[in-house]
Amino acid sequence: MSIVIKGARILGGEPADILIEDGVVTAVGQDLTGDETVDARGLIALPGLVDLHTHLREPGREDAETVESGTRAAALGGYTAVHAMANTSPVADTAGVVEQVWRLGLAAGHCDVQPVGAVTEGLSGERLAELGAMADSAARVRVFSDDGKCVSDAVLMRRALEYVKAFDGVVAQHAQEPRLTAGAQMNEGAVSGRLGLTGWPAVAEEAIIARDCLLAAHVGSRLHVCHVSTAGSVEIIRWAKSKGWDVTAEVTPHHLLLTDDLVEDSPVGAYNPIYKVNPPLRTRADVEALREALADGTIDVVATDHAPHPVEDKETEWGAAAMGMIGLETALAVVQEAMVETGLLDWAGVAERMSYAPARIGRLAGHGHPIAAGSPANITLYDASVRAEVDPGSYASKSRNTPYEGRSLPGRVVATFLRGRPTVLDGKLA
Amino acid sequence: MKRHLISAADLSRDDALLILDTADELARISDRSIKKLPTLRGRTVVNLFFEDSTRTRISFEAAAKRLSADVINFSAKGSSVSKGESLKDTALTLEAMGADAVVIRHGASGAPHRLAGWVRGSVVNAGDGTHEHPTQALLDAFTMRRRLGSLEGRRVTIVGDILHSRVARSNVLLLSTLGAEVTLVAPPTLLPVSVGSWPCEVSYDLDSMLPKSDVVMMLRVQRERMNAAFFPTEREYSRRYGLDRDRAAKLDDGVIVMHPGPMNRGMEIAAEVADSPRSTIVEQVANGVTTRMAVLYLLLGGADLGGEDQ
Repeated sequence: MSIVIKGARILGGEPADILIEDGVVTAVGQDLTGDETVDARGLIALPGLVDLHTHLREPGREDAETVESGTRAAALGGYTAVHAMANTSPVADTAGVVEQVWRLGLAAGHCDVQPVGAVTEGLSGERLAELGAMADSAARVRVFSDDGKCVSDAVLMRRALEYVKAFDGVVAQHAQEPRLTAGAQMNEGAVSGRLGLTGWPAVAEEAIIARDCLLAAHVGSRLHVCHVSTAGSVEIIRWAKSKGWDVTAEVTPHHLLLTDDLVEDSPVGAYNPIYKVNPPLRTRADVEALREALADGTIDVVATDHAPHPVEDKETEWGAAAMGMIGLETALAVVQEAMVETGLLDWAGVAERMSYAPARIGRLAGHGHPIAAGSPANITLYDASVRAEVDPGSYASKSRNTPYEGRSLPGRVVATFLRGRPTVLDGKLA
Repeated sequence: MKRHLISAADLSRDDALLILDTADELARISDRSIKKLPTLRGRTVVNLFFEDSTRTRISFEAAAKRLSADVINFSAKGSSVSKGESLKDTALTLEAMGADAVVIRHGASGAPHRLAGWVRGSVVNAGDGTHEHPTQALLDAFTMRRRLGSLEGRRVTIVGDILHSRVARSNVLLLSTLGAEVTLVAPPTLLPVSVGSWPCEVSYDLDSMLPKSDVVMMLRVQRERMNAAFFPTEREYSRRYGLDRDRAAKLDDGVIVMHPGPMNRGMEIAAEVADSPRSTIVEQVANGVTTRMAVLYLLLGGADLGGEDQ
C-alpha cells in the first residue's frame, strides 16, 4: 500500500509530494500518486520528532501517566520516538524493567519508546546498575541516566562514562550538585530572595557540567548534559566543544520561554507550583543565552523533560509541590515561538535539533533521517500559520500540569507518520 | 487597601499610615477599663496555625475578641492536617464554615498566596516560611512611631539572620514605604545573594552602624544555623553581631532597641540590654494587639469607631 502526501513544504521549502511505500519514503517530487492521498498543502513537513527526555511514569505512577497516554501525547506533539526516563518505580535499572517499558511501547504503537537505563542501582548514586545487561537486552539501551538525581560522586561518574564505551553508550547527566541545592525551591536570585524560597544556584549546575566535561575528556567517552538552564552552563559546554570533546547538550522548551519572575507574578497567581520545575526557571539573560546556544549549535537538542504530575501534587503550597511540567504536546509550538518566530532557527534547524541530533545521540538508527527517498517514513506535518489559546483539558497526557495555561501558542501538529503509518491525522489520533 | 494582607508590599504609604493611625486610636480605647468594641460582632475570624506560635496566635486572638469577632482557632497539630489533609482541603472547609478572615501562619513561603486563591474571605499573613510577617512590621513601625515620632528619615539598623527572616523582609518593605533608611547588618552568609536589589543598605560591620542608628532591631538567630556553616560558633557570632552591654553603652540616648522575640538572651542580645529602658520588647507585644486590631478592623470594614471614647 502506498500513501502520497501532497504539497508539503519539506523543512519549510517549496511544496512537494512525498510518496511512501511499505513504510519507506520512495520518492519526493511533483505529481506523485499513491493508493491514498493526504492533502498537506500549506503544511510544513518535518522528520518525525525524537525526544531524548520523557517521563512516562510507568511502571509505578500510572495515576500521572502511562506508556499508552504518554505516547499518545507524543504522537500528537509530532514525535515518532521518545526516550523514557528511568526514574520509575521500580527504577529502570535492570534488563527486566527496560524490556517491560519497551514492550509496553510496542503494544501502544503510537511512537517508538526507547527506554533509558539508570546509571546506578535504584538511582541511589552508590553502585553501578547492570548497564551491559540493559544494553544487551531487547530494549537495546544506549542512553543511561539517573535523571531526577545527579550522579554526584566523581568516581562513580568516571566509571560510568568509561564503562558505557564498551557498547557505544552515553551518560546523560542531571547536573545538580546536591549539597548546593539542599531544599532548593527555585532559581537563586532576586526573586527567590524576595519570596523567601530556598535558592537553586546556577553554580550547582555549572560546577557539575564542568567536572563532567573534564571527566569525559579524560576517559574519552561521550557525555550528554540534560536540560541545560543557565548562561554559565552554555559557556562551559561551548568551551568543551571547542576542545573537540564528545559533549552534547539539551535544553527544554520551557527554559527557552519562561523565566523565574513568573513565580512572583503570573496570570495564575504568585507561588503557583505550576512553575516549579527542576532545574528551575532562570532569568531573562539565561533564556537569551540558551536561545543563542541552541541557534549556534552549542546546545544540540530540544528535549521536553515531559514530567506529568497529578493535580493534587501541584495544588499545594509551593514547598510541598512536585517539580516538573508536561511538554510533549507543546514542544514544537514553543520552539516555533521562541526560535523560529524570533528568526533564530529555520525549519531545517528545528529538524536538526528535534529529530536528527536526538536520534544520533540516542543511537536510534530508524529515526532522524531527512525526508528523502530511502528514509524510513517518519514524518510530522505541521501547520505553523495558526495560533490558539492553550487548553490543558485538550491534552492526551493524563496530567494537566502545563505552564502555558492562559497563553496562546502558535502552530498545530496536523499529522504524524510512524514508518508510513499515520499515528495522527487531522490533529487527532489516527 | 487590598482585600488581603499578605505582603508589606501590599500596603501603599497611605494604607500603612491609615493602619498606624487607626491603631493609635484603638490604643486609646484599650486604655479604658472596658476594652471591648462591638465593631466586628457577628464576623468570624479563623486563626489557622500550621506552626506553633503561641505569641502570635494569642495576639491575633485578643485583637479579634476585643473587636467582638467570633474566633475559631485551628491548630494543625492533632487536626486533620496532621492526618495528611491538604492546605486546599483545609481552605475549602473554612470556606464552607463562612470565615470572614483567615489569619494564617505556615512553614511554607507563599502558603497565604495559595490560600487566598481558595477562600473568599480576607487572608492575613501571620508569618509564612522565610517570606514575610507583615503585621510584625506594622507593630514594629507603630512602636517606633510612638517612641520617635515620624519615621521619615529615621535610620533603622536590622541585625541578624536576614536570609531566613520573614520579619526582616516585611520590615524592609514597610519601612522603606514609610520613608525610613534601613541598613541590614549580618555576616554575608546570612544575607540573600540578591540583597543588593532590596530597598536598603547592607553592612557586615555592626560597630560602624551603631553610631548611625536611631533604631537597632535585633533578630533571633537559631543556634542550629551554625551546623550548616552559616557561622563558625555561637561565641563568634555573638562577639561580632551581638548587642552586648559594651555596644549598647555607646548608643546615643534616644536610640531604641527592638526584638521581635523570642530572644536568645546572651546570643544576639545581652540580658541587660533586653531589660534596659531603651528596649521596646515588651511594648512590641502590647502594640501587637492594637496593630492587629487595626488590620482586622480595616480589612473587614468594621462599623465606625468614632465617638465611643470621647
